[in-house]
Amino acid sequence: MDVPVISVQGLGKRYAIGRRSATETTFRDALGELFTAPVRRFRDLAGADNGETEFWALRDVSFDVQPGDVVGIVGRNGAGKSTLLKILSRITPPTEGYADLRGRVSSLLEVGTGFHPELSGRENIFLNGAILGMYRSEIKRKFDAIVEFAELEQFIDTPVKRYSSGMFVRLAFSVAAHLDPEILIVDEVLSVGDIHFRNRSLGRMRDLYEQGRTVLFCSHDMTSIRQLCTRAMLLERGRVEMEGSPDDVTRRYEKSSKSLGGSSGIGERLDAPGGYHLQRVELRNDAGHPTDSFDAGQTMEIHLWSSGRAPGDSYTVELKLLSSEDRVISFGAANPVRATYYRATDSHYVCRLGPLPLTEGEYALNFSIGPWNAARWDFWDRAVRFSVEKCDLFNTGYSISSVRDGDFVLPQEWWATSDS
Amino acid sequence: MLTPPATFRIEPPRPWKSLNIAELWRFRELLYFLIWRDIKVRYKQTVLGASWAVLQPAATTLMFTVFFGQLGGMSRHVSGSYALYVYVAMQPWTFFGNAVTSAANSLVGSSHLISKVYFPRLLVPLAAIGSGLIDFAVGFGLTLVLMVYYQVRPTPAILTVPVLLAATIVVAAGAGILLSALIVAYRDFRYVVTFLVQLWFFATPVAYPLEIIPARWQLLYSLNPMVGIVSGFRAAILGVDFPVTAVMVSFLSGLVLLLLGVGYFLRVERRFADII
Repeated sequence: MDVPVISVQGLGKRYAIGRRSATETTFRDALGELFTAPVRRFRDLAGADNGETEFWALRDVSFDVQPGDVVGIVGRNGAGKSTLLKILSRITPPTEGYADLRGRVSSLLEVGTGFHPELSGRENIFLNGAILGMYRSEIKRKFDAIVEFAELEQFIDTPVKRYSSGMFVRLAFSVAAHLDPEILIVDEVLSVGDIHFRNRSLGRMRDLYEQGRTVLFCSHDMTSIRQLCTRAMLLERGRVEMEGSPDDVTRRYEKSSKSLGGSSGIGERLDAPGGYHLQRVELRNDAGHPTDSFDAGQTMEIHLWSSGRAPGDSYTVELKLLSSEDRVISFGAANPVRATYYRATDSHYVCRLGPLPLTEGEYALNFSIGPWNAARWDFWDRAVRFSVEKCDLFNTGYSISSVRDGDFVLPQEWWATSDS
Repeated sequence: MLTPPATFRIEPPRPWKSLNIAELWRFRELLYFLIWRDIKVRYKQTVLGASWAVLQPAATTLMFTVFFGQLGGMSRHVSGSYALYVYVAMQPWTFFGNAVTSAANSLVGSSHLISKVYFPRLLVPLAAIGSGLIDFAVGFGLTLVLMVYYQVRPTPAILTVPVLLAATIVVAAGAGILLSALIVAYRDFRYVVTFLVQLWFFATPVAYPLEIIPARWQLLYSLNPMVGIVSGFRAAILGVDFPVTAVMVSFLSGLVLLLLGVGYFLRVERRFADII
């Protein structure tokens, strides 16, 4: 047997969540931390609840990949697929364990990373190529092939901001498809673009592994996993649940996502603070089934449960919708919308949301509960994640993706008019 | 391909790691492309393009000539044209001030890249500094024109300009790299940068000569690395006495600043993708 190209041992990644936001740390917080940290450590030892929790996005993951393998990684949102790929791409470090990579690695976690709208197609090919790790001489050599593959000969000197989203994706994928690594790490990028181009991209991937390259490939699309991969791996809650042939693994995944209707789309709060708090959330589709995947245009029903008796009457539940980059993109609340106020005895709250105007991509919801215009009693950050699998609101056969076209599609009508 | 060829191990970060020069060298073309992008985009988006490189220091020079030179009486301390005296010093300063500001904000501005692709993160602030070199070149061209106009005879000291420019890059890199990492870790450092650059300006002999600082304080004063660079630059162009001691002290403190900046940067670098 060959020496494995990738060997992963006990890999784990821990995030600290709760208490303070990770993005907007101010220096004052850090100074404050100097004084509060010793006290908190002491309380930790004493077993006191401090509101900060750890979250293992990945834990005890071990596997080997042989040269020439094309490994498909499947799993629900939040199962740790992206974290695994990010660690292997050296974007974020693991908290424990290690991974040995033997060979040149290229990773493609997104198409068009670093594209600049003001620059022309030609300029972006060079820029993006360099960002993905190509040398200038290499890009020059492959330039014509890239342009030809993207079918953009005519527009190559047009600024990318004038491109349609289809053109953009074609150009971006084309650059990536001409990478020439020994190990290629790909995240979900094949799910964008029109069918015709998608098939050509898959063909290009197949060429790569026929040349004996090793590919790590992560997707929600079971068909392409079955077509492309030689092996597959199912991740669940940050652990390797199953490893085997693509057929077995995808079958198991499809089975689990259907029969586990009870557990998908549900967030159980493991790190709940003491006292009254939000405990559980479930997303249901039009048919009333719990799920975490929706299509644009469908309605979503959010069911939320709290634990314990509320500290007061006339309070409200508020939600925020987050994009895949964890930016708040929308808001909702029980009382300004319907003047719904909850009573102390309530503990099950329902919100019907939609029809969803969202584009293909991943989203998350967070919830807070408490009186309007006063300090909230509880806040549950990123309580549940869901994906919009398809967004074809105008029945064009082309799915609109958040990669390029934003997170929303506004209702619209177009016509020509004879007024001048 | 730019990742290391042999076996590479990915493991939890150690508290201290040393600078991987070989890796930086492998990624040199990316540095070039990032600089090239910044320059291209800037000139596509501005109407006046390269003339900003002249207008900015010229306007400041005019302001200082009126307020410090005339009203403040500073021109008495200067032989020859006060405006020229200030404009020459504005060259390294403008480059430095812009470089520090844009390097400091560069990492947060590139958060999208940082969370999607691996490359040595040091390239981001370095590229921000590099793209200012074009402006410096344009401004320096005008300096040469002014030398002819004011009939300043070049002395051999003008040959030190490349060394002084290199030193400016070192100092700007030190401060810029340090601040960029601090801003990622603590967002409120963004507000410190503007203030810091302003303060630094007044602590540097741009609008006034080095000589008005009492002799016994000069050594301490030269610990500000821009002191030696700016007065050295002025001496190199105008042919006045070259402040050797100040330049030496400033070079040393500039190097220390660079080590400090890079040291801190490497310490937090691995966490960038998680906190940016």
